[in-house]
Amino acid sequence: MFRKNSEILVLILVLAGVLGLMLALNGPSFFKLGNVQSMSFQMPELGVLSLAMMITMLTSGINLSIIASTNLSGIVMALIMTKLAPDAGSAPGVVLLALLAGVLVSAVIGLLNGWLIAYLDISPILATLGTMITVSGLAIVFTRGYVISGFPKEMLFIGNGMILGIPVPLLIFLACAGILALILGRMPLGTRIYLYGSNPTATFYSGVNNKAVLMRVYLISGLLTSVTAMIMISRFNSAKADYGESYLLLTILASVLGGVSAAGGFGRVSGLVVALVILQIISSGLNLFGVSAFMTVALWGIVLIFVMVVKHMLEQRAIRSVAR
Amino acid sequence: MIKKITSRYEFLVFMVILIFSIIIGLINPNFFSLENILDILQNNTLTGIFAIGMLIVVISGGIDLSFTAIATITGYTVAVLLLSHGSQLNIFVVFLIAAVMGTILGMVNASIIYFFKIPPIIATIATQNIYYGLLVVITQGKWLYGFPSWFGAFVKIKIFSLVNANDVKYGLSIVTVIWFAFIFLGWFILRKTVLGRSIYALGGSEASAQRAGFNILRLQLFVYGFMGLMAGIGSVIQALLVQTVAPNSLVGKELDVIAAVVLGGASLTGGVGTVLGTVLGVLLLAVMSNGLTLMHVPSYWYKVVTGFVILVSVAAGAWRKRAISNKKVIIEAE
Amino acid sequence: MADLFLKLSNVSKHYTGVTALDQVDFEIYQGEIHCLVGENGSGKSTLIKIISGTVQPDDGATIEVEGHVLHDLHAIDSIHKGIDIIYQDLSLFPNLTVMENIALRRYVAEGKRLVNWGELKKIATKAMARIDVSLPLEALAADIPIGDQQLVAICRALTRDVKLVIMDEPTASLTKKEVDSLFSVVLDMKSKGISTMFVSHKLNEVLEIADRVSVIRDGKMVGIYNPKELDDEKLTHLMTGKKLEYTPFARTQVAGEPILELRDLSRRGLFHDVSFKLFPGEILGITGLLGSGRTELALALFGVNIPDSGEIFFEGVPTKIDSIQKAVELGIAFVPEDRLVQGLIMNQSVSKNLTVTTLDDLVNRFKLLDRKMVKGRIDKSVKDLSIKIPSLDSPVQTLSGGNQQRVVLAKWIATNPKVLILDGPTIGIDVAAKHAIHQIIRDLAAHGIAILLISDEVPEVYNNANRVLIMHKGRLVKEFDEMDSTTMDEIQETVNLTA
Repeated sequence: MFRKNSEILVLILVLAGVLGLMLALNGPSFFKLGNVQSMSFQMPELGVLSLAMMITMLTSGINLSIIASTNLSGIVMALIMTKLAPDAGSAPGVVLLALLAGVLVSAVIGLLNGWLIAYLDISPILATLGTMITVSGLAIVFTRGYVISGFPKEMLFIGNGMILGIPVPLLIFLACAGILALILGRMPLGTRIYLYGSNPTATFYSGVNNKAVLMRVYLISGLLTSVTAMIMISRFNSAKADYGESYLLLTILASVLGGVSAAGGFGRVSGLVVALVILQIISSGLNLFGVSAFMTVALWGIVLIFVMVVKHMLEQRAIRSVAR
Repeated sequence: MIKKITSRYEFLVFMVILIFSIIIGLINPNFFSLENILDILQNNTLTGIFAIGMLIVVISGGIDLSFTAIATITGYTVAVLLLSHGSQLNIFVVFLIAAVMGTILGMVNASIIYFFKIPPIIATIATQNIYYGLLVVITQGKWLYGFPSWFGAFVKIKIFSLVNANDVKYGLSIVTVIWFAFIFLGWFILRKTVLGRSIYALGGSEASAQRAGFNILRLQLFVYGFMGLMAGIGSVIQALLVQTVAPNSLVGKELDVIAAVVLGGASLTGGVGTVLGTVLGVLLLAVMSNGLTLMHVPSYWYKVVTGFVILVSVAAGAWRKRAISNKKVIIEAE
Repeated sequence: MADLFLKLSNVSKHYTGVTALDQVDFEIYQGEIHCLVGENGSGKSTLIKIISGTVQPDDGATIEVEGHVLHDLHAIDSIHKGIDIIYQDLSLFPNLTVMENIALRRYVAEGKRLVNWGELKKIATKAMARIDVSLPLEALAADIPIGDQQLVAICRALTRDVKLVIMDEPTASLTKKEVDSLFSVVLDMKSKGISTMFVSHKLNEVLEIADRVSVIRDGKMVGIYNPKELDDEKLTHLMTGKKLEYTPFARTQVAGEPILELRDLSRRGLFHDVSFKLFPGEILGITGLLGSGRTELALALFGVNIPDSGEIFFEGVPTKIDSIQKAVELGIAFVPEDRLVQGLIMNQSVSKNLTVTTLDDLVNRFKLLDRKMVKGRIDKSVKDLSIKIPSLDSPVQTLSGGNQQRVVLAKWIATNPKVLILDGPTIGIDVAAKHAIHQIIRDLAAHGIAILLISDEVPEVYNNANRVLIMHKGRLVKEFDEMDSTTMDEIQETVNLTA
């Protein structure tokens, strides 16, 4: 208990430190409502996507296809909406149909990943690489490289609306985070996921259906990509085959910073949420300060390496103090 | 003896290429023309060179997603030098500069992986972003072109030359020959040097390699450094072929290269893979792509077909592995 | 009298808060076969790491090799001095051929750059000839049986001018035939002046092959002995400092219908025509030499090794146990031999390890884990089995061997099993804990659970079972059901005869 909470405390300290730094760079205008609001509209997209990455990393796997899955799901939703409600305006039934279709697409991709990894015993890197290329290829076929845009106002509300002053995407992200936290912390599946990530053999011998666990993990990961797609295409009012390509690194960075072990078995949603806030603040702060987007991209790479080094050193210290 | 050849994975890939070729050839006989074949080889030289480097990385048990970024950096460096000092340089110096730079950047990858104990996939995703990010910041994303005429002339060199029906010259491009040279080099390293066998050993079991006294650092530096070297060479070839350098021309190529290596029989978990297999993997993707073009299939179908072929081949490979290991358990126990 | 090859004096090794070795002396002659025995945690591994140069002793230690005092012994020095160590995992490269596994190390050590395949083959062939074995040079190391892999590791050592080969638990996964083969190789090496140091806990094998035996306990060297003056009991006593006494087992009469019955159960290559009955409340012991098929049979009852033919009757009903889930559903539980990999998830908490088997029982109507129920279940397990834990969130790897095994038992007892299969339940556990676990097992039987007790150790089986079955090469060769009128020696004899 103490060990887990101390990790979160460290993250909160880092958060405080980062906030302080951004304040120093930008002055109190950093806290302007508009700024905070725009951050809370931007972050959830990456947030839900990071949840999709995190759950697979817990099983000592990885999901390289999350962005491709998001794009295809978004494209399918966009096609349905633009074909059945070409005048935009109001079309709640069409929007609902589109959302369901998007969810279905992502579910199929998730189950395919799960099947390849659980039943055919293919390594997650290879399996999700294969699905990534195929799904991404399908996205190109569906769009011919063009942008599909113009959605009904119900759809636009998802990514741009506010309820009681809180941006809808943020609410969606918090709901997803809450559900995942519930699954991981309070459901049998969660315990099985952690145990599988640490030792699949002993978990198997304890009567756990490993294959079912993996299928569920990659299915959930897939479903989360469709939620990401809903937010994303709504914010852009369009769908394209290659949105969000730079997000992959960020989802891994957020997971690792948030306490997920690259080897699997450990990591909590609360840590991921704090990590995402930290990354968002850094991103906005640098942006306001005038740092170019590409410089920020390079910075993320450096931060990822730095975070992994620090974690490694802390782990070594912990091992040495317990060992004989 | 025949059984030994036919039971090998590479033979299966070869058969698949053959079948695809026959199908394509029936639909469009131009496929089998010498001009087309030489064309295919030249178009896939870049992927082919990258794939040799990736094969060695994969055999060692690692992976490298940053090589396109490394190649783009070396490409820009070479381009800037060509534009400012073009008349004082020659092709060997250009290749040399790119090669050295690429090797150094590759060794940076190796150091990060070795000293910081970061998994290669995460480490190279990180360096990919660092290299690309810094590159765009420094170059402002500008395209570079207008290289000295000798640079354009070099790529037109053909080892042998023929003329086709439209009076257009074609032949075995010098660039393809460079690829062949590296195929030989890759084969030689993996098959004939202690270094190569040590890389297989490292990929088979890192723990055993350590116990056996292998210098893991040296191996990693070579593996990722060599990948960087291939990236550097590749970037010059890319510049020669299209006579421009752009920041995003290689984006997405990592996938094709990894796909070729995997289709050729290398295992992403390490210790397994051959140069022959990798070359066949590159050819398989090449034949597919060329076939789609010759059959007038729109280009946006290419990626999905590639992905599908990868999935099917990976799934089939996994099935085969399971069947073999089930048989083995019974035999061993008896 | 042969010369001393290696002499260690006053070797100590301290880690923070732990003394691994305390003023240990050790010596081995040229051409001697010397066995080092000790329990887990006695300091055996540290000692061999010091000899192989991978760990440095504290100041004050003296190391002499062939009469020369060395100031430092690093890994590279020990290799040069002719010391080679073969770890339990053999450290082979599964993806390389036998030939490469044997010869590559020497190639690298000699600084060669280019590979001459003909020369590699010659080196490998010569090494094999030194001990008169013939292995398939072109086969991949992963594809040959473990016994042959062992020989590959030895040939690898023999590619150089090796003077001392250290083997860490070499016979752990070998069949009797393979062990005999190994021993004849070791004797052959002895005749050529090569010393062998065996680290082992398999006492009967130790006594068979050793010239001398060193016993280490709690980091201290207890003494050096002549194996002819030792027996199992004495050796155990020296190793543990205690006498393992078995309390008499009041064997209850077994009656009623069998809960489990096997008829002619077979699976190609693993076990053949096995038939027996298991009654509730009884402890049925199964023993036999390694390779006799005991574990494989148990796994058939647990849904892992599905039989090709024959029948299983559970509570009188013919049943197909085709998955672990099915077995658990029926009420069958399995405590595996390999605690570290199959039994527990080492770096995860005690509470997760305790609840993994019964998660679905601990949920409320919303399908969420009920905290109170979980805590109640965990507390009960800890109390019932007297598990000593620092806290519920501590990783199980911080527990002692005996307590770890209790966690494994507890997680299965929580499922209210009808049949409990135990495979080597007290391996690597100290004497006091052994005793306690036997008592737990007896209590479980008294409560009506049917127990299958599989063990290597005849005394363990003899003293705790109602009936004893002997297995050999996958078949049941003998059943002892009049235990009160059978002596342990009779059982031991039968087992030995199957060698």
